Amino acid sequence: MSARRTEGGGRIDRARTIRFTFDGATYSGHPGDTLASALLANGVSLFGRSFKYHRPRGVLSAGVDEPNALVTVLRGQAREPNIPATIVEIHDGLVAESQNRFPSLAWDVSAVNQLAGPLISAGFYYKTFMGPVIGPLKGTRFWMVCERFIRRAAGLGRAGAVPDKARYERMNAFCDVLVVGAGPAGLTAAKAAAEKGARVVLADIEPRLGGSANWSGEVIDGKPAADWAAAAVNDLRAADNVRLLPRTTVWGYYDGNTLAALERVSDHKQHPAKGEPRHRTWTIRAKSVVLATGALERPLVFPGNDRPGVMLAGAAERYANEFGVLPGQKVAVFTNNDSAYRAAHALRQAGAAIAAIVDVRTDISADMLDFAGKAETEMLTGHAVVATEGGKALTGIKVQRFDAASGALSGEPRSIHADCLLMSGGWSPAIHLASQAGARAEWNEALQAFLPPKPNQKWTGAGAFTGAFSTTEAIEQGHAAGLTASGARSKHFDAPAVEAAPGAPGSEPVFEITAPGKSFVDFQHDVTADDVRLAHREGFVSVEHLKRYTTLGMATDQGKTSNVPGLAIMAAALGKEIPQVGTTRFRPPYAAVSLGSLAGERYGDLKPERLTPMHDWHLANGASMYSAGLWWRPQIYGHAGETVEQAYVRETKATRGSAGIVDVSTLGKIAVQGPDAAELLDRVYTNMFSTLAVGKARYGLMLREDGLAFDDGTTWRLGEQDFLMTTTTANAGKVMQHLEYFLEVIWPDLKVTVTSVTDQWAGAAIGGPKAREILASCVEGTAVDNATLPFMGIVHGEIAGVPVMICRLSFSGEMAFEVYCGADWGTHVWEALIEAGKPFDLVPYGLEALGTMRIEKGHVTGAEIDGRTTARDLHLDWMLSKKKPFIGSAMMDREGLIAADRLQLVGVVSLDNRPLNGGAHIVEQLDEKNPHGSIGHITACCYSPSLGKYIALALVEGGKARHGSRAFTSDPLRGRFGPVEIVSHHFFDPEGSRMHG
Amino acid sequence: MLITCPYCGPRDVSEFTYQGDGNRQRPAPNSQNLDAWNEYVYDRLNPAGDHNEIWQHSGGCRIHLRVVRNTLTHAVSSAVAVRGHHGGKP
Repeated sequence: MSARRTEGGGRIDRARTIRFTFDGATYSGHPGDTLASALLANGVSLFGRSFKYHRPRGVLSAGVDEPNALVTVLRGQAREPNIPATIVEIHDGLVAESQNRFPSLAWDVSAVNQLAGPLISAGFYYKTFMGPVIGPLKGTRFWMVCERFIRRAAGLGRAGAVPDKARYERMNAFCDVLVVGAGPAGLTAAKAAAEKGARVVLADIEPRLGGSANWSGEVIDGKPAADWAAAAVNDLRAADNVRLLPRTTVWGYYDGNTLAALERVSDHKQHPAKGEPRHRTWTIRAKSVVLATGALERPLVFPGNDRPGVMLAGAAERYANEFGVLPGQKVAVFTNNDSAYRAAHALRQAGAAIAAIVDVRTDISADMLDFAGKAETEMLTGHAVVATEGGKALTGIKVQRFDAASGALSGEPRSIHADCLLMSGGWSPAIHLASQAGARAEWNEALQAFLPPKPNQKWTGAGAFTGAFSTTEAIEQGHAAGLTASGARSKHFDAPAVEAAPGAPGSEPVFEITAPGKSFVDFQHDVTADDVRLAHREGFVSVEHLKRYTTLGMATDQGKTSNVPGLAIMAAALGKEIPQVGTTRFRPPYAAVSLGSLAGERYGDLKPERLTPMHDWHLANGASMYSAGLWWRPQIYGHAGETVEQAYVRETKATRGSAGIVDVSTLGKIAVQGPDAAELLDRVYTNMFSTLAVGKARYGLMLREDGLAFDDGTTWRLGEQDFLMTTTTANAGKVMQHLEYFLEVIWPDLKVTVTSVTDQWAGAAIGGPKAREILASCVEGTAVDNATLPFMGIVHGEIAGVPVMICRLSFSGEMAFEVYCGADWGTHVWEALIEAGKPFDLVPYGLEALGTMRIEKGHVTGAEIDGRTTARDLHLDWMLSKKKPFIGSAMMDREGLIAADRLQLVGVVSLDNRPLNGGAHIVEQLDEKNPHGSIGHITACCYSPSLGKYIALALVEGGKARHGSRAFTSDPLRGRFGPVEIVSHHFFDPEGSRMHG
Repeated sequence: MLITCPYCGPRDVSEFTYQGDGNRQRPAPNSQNLDAWNEYVYDRLNPAGDHNEIWQHSGGCRIHLRVVRNTLTHAVSSAVAVRGHHGGKP
């Protein structure tokens, strides 16, 4: 047992010892310890270095509000930075390290920043990263290099670089009453609601439910408060309408009484159970909420208030009573309110000596004087701490006579020896969730605190959250809130008797002791009182601006301890009252949330994947798969030793030479059926479909309402009132929604049904000079000759006993056919086609070859229909019917959309025989040093086996007029510059003689 | 945010797709009044309070709904089928 560990009491199990590692050294603790309590018990006072000045820092608090003692927890190679040591439960094998120090915590070279303090005050980053506005370094890259080092010196923990192997999950919950906070108020509320039969969820951030009952030392219902709480928790656990969620932070309160919570399921376990997630995100829809989130203690702002050993009084009381740890042997107390007296008494009882109680007030109640007497200490009323002494640990304090009304110090400073200073600047109710839920908080002058706003969602407050700081009130309010929340009427309540510690709830309005030295307001972001005043002198008067300029309250602790002191100091600088300055609205999350828990199962292998019916065949036949949206499609069917380019060139040559086959099942397919089907198509496509004969297909183009191109594809007329529309793979969902919107909202009179049938059909496109012979050899029930199956014709037949629908259309530019069958028979028909193709050297080809052939043909896809191009830009104006209005027809001829200098589709040929890059710019004059003057960009590129050149499609200003002219590709990102020729986008077989046959 | 679909009951907003300002009036298809088209395509009301909106239950029955939503609180005071088959009630 260490000197800092008390003999008995608290939640720790002294019978068992746990070993863990901090900064490479092994320490021991007990089950129930947090990393902070265990290290304090081992005499560790230095936990980290501060953000900006690299000052030594210890532990300030005992909970989620901790701004100083941030550590990185290592799980194998995975690192989780910036975790308060106060919420890390130790377990055997825990490995943690301190942050923001080099080379070690005790000897940190950047601590010289403290000497440069005046240079890195408020607004440092804004001022610095603007760079010099005059002089030789103005606007130079040198400054950007400096920025990297400056940013590295500041900051917190370092995130890991390896994937996090831990499992996370998401859960939905519905309940009648959600109780947030399981202190005396929350426990009573949950019990009252549960007894009325309500479905109750009780969540608390701590591992042990009970809140202040675990450390108050009070007596409830004749039992020590901690035992009363444990009994209440047991009763709740036994009820089947109650779900207890310990280690759960309710971090967001959204509209519709929807709350978000993070449950740390297995962080505290050395060996999580099989399948147990690390964290779980809860989305809780509650009919009613009880907010019993308690209050957070505020520090006092005075020089040296950040020295290791200076701690919040309530936190020290917790360490002594709940963890059996003394934060110091000789303890001084500095307060502006009554609550610190109880802490002094608790530490005395636990074995510490109390050196002095320094109180800014002069009028001390008899109860408090009684506490001071029991603590066997000297009382210094009307005094304040003006300095702290020591290096990496506190050795003493300096006090001076202080007038609370004027803030004036007088008399000679006196030194007091102490290794720990407890401070209390009053208490702020934890109103964050109420603030998130809607209205603005109200300042209460008597309590010197912001109180929760009036509810504009269904919640009821209870306990310290409402500013009722005594346990007696908490239990009464908790009971009433539980009844209200469960919809029951309040009646007589036999409240358990509470032997509560005495003390008035309010605090003296003293937030800062103005004396020379650095007085910290925001410990985590190293914002001092002088920084706040500097920001005010520089003209920042709005609390929102001040917050951003000084970064006050913007660290990972979200200003839980610094918010009110910061406002008070700013109000003083402005010469206003705190309520006039106002508070910022709290936003989710209340405390840090792991990104993994937000993603839950929606990543990696568990992302939805769409596989075509022939997927397994592709894998079995050497395809490298490529993700296209949610779909997986073959990229190439590579042979051993082939590069991607070699593979697609081979596949393209084989297709153009004999025949190739590609899986086109991913194309969006929509059945458009009904008496007005043709009319609908005439309205949504730019060209006519009512004139299309049954058994024929037509290429169609859709515009958006604003006249820009939207999607293209072929639509097949299968019957008088029956069409099969195909869309691009990427736009299938959008087109479907587009049709549904117009049918329901704009043209409800049209009698048409649209049905997505993408997944019902398997499709294969077979093309090349031998394609027809292959089909003829395997299709039964129909001929496929030119007369029976002309270009854009449709026939029905069978392949290998399966009904198929064949349309003769071409994307590759070859004589080609799209063969569709029921999805379940996709592989069966595909294999029959492959078999039939063997005598004709049929090859399967992937997306690369598909893209190559379409680039050679100059067909457009989503890369060209990019939401900025018009039909004219893409040379598709021949498809714009003049005989009828269609979606986009009214807007497509606007001035800006028909200008001559618009980007138009062109072909580009590399003149230096090197590959081109998608996204590269096209310029008229090459300037590698200072690239500028873009006249367009490359949308798609490939090596063209047919031309023997590297080619690309591009969108270029006034493109058509530039055919035959020289230009350059300029791609500074990839360092690719070189000459190109601008040509027509029809690279290959412009007359279409191959596909017409 | 919850929207009560007349077919499916109260459902989470993640099942729905916002389909725009419900106050817009589409000009007649053959109208050449560019001002009217411009207003329809580009102008949106942005009230602080109740707003008429079109939502599609895209993750459910795919019906389009006329929704009155308070833009300050997300409270949905009305949700009826655009086509009005059921007067907003199943």
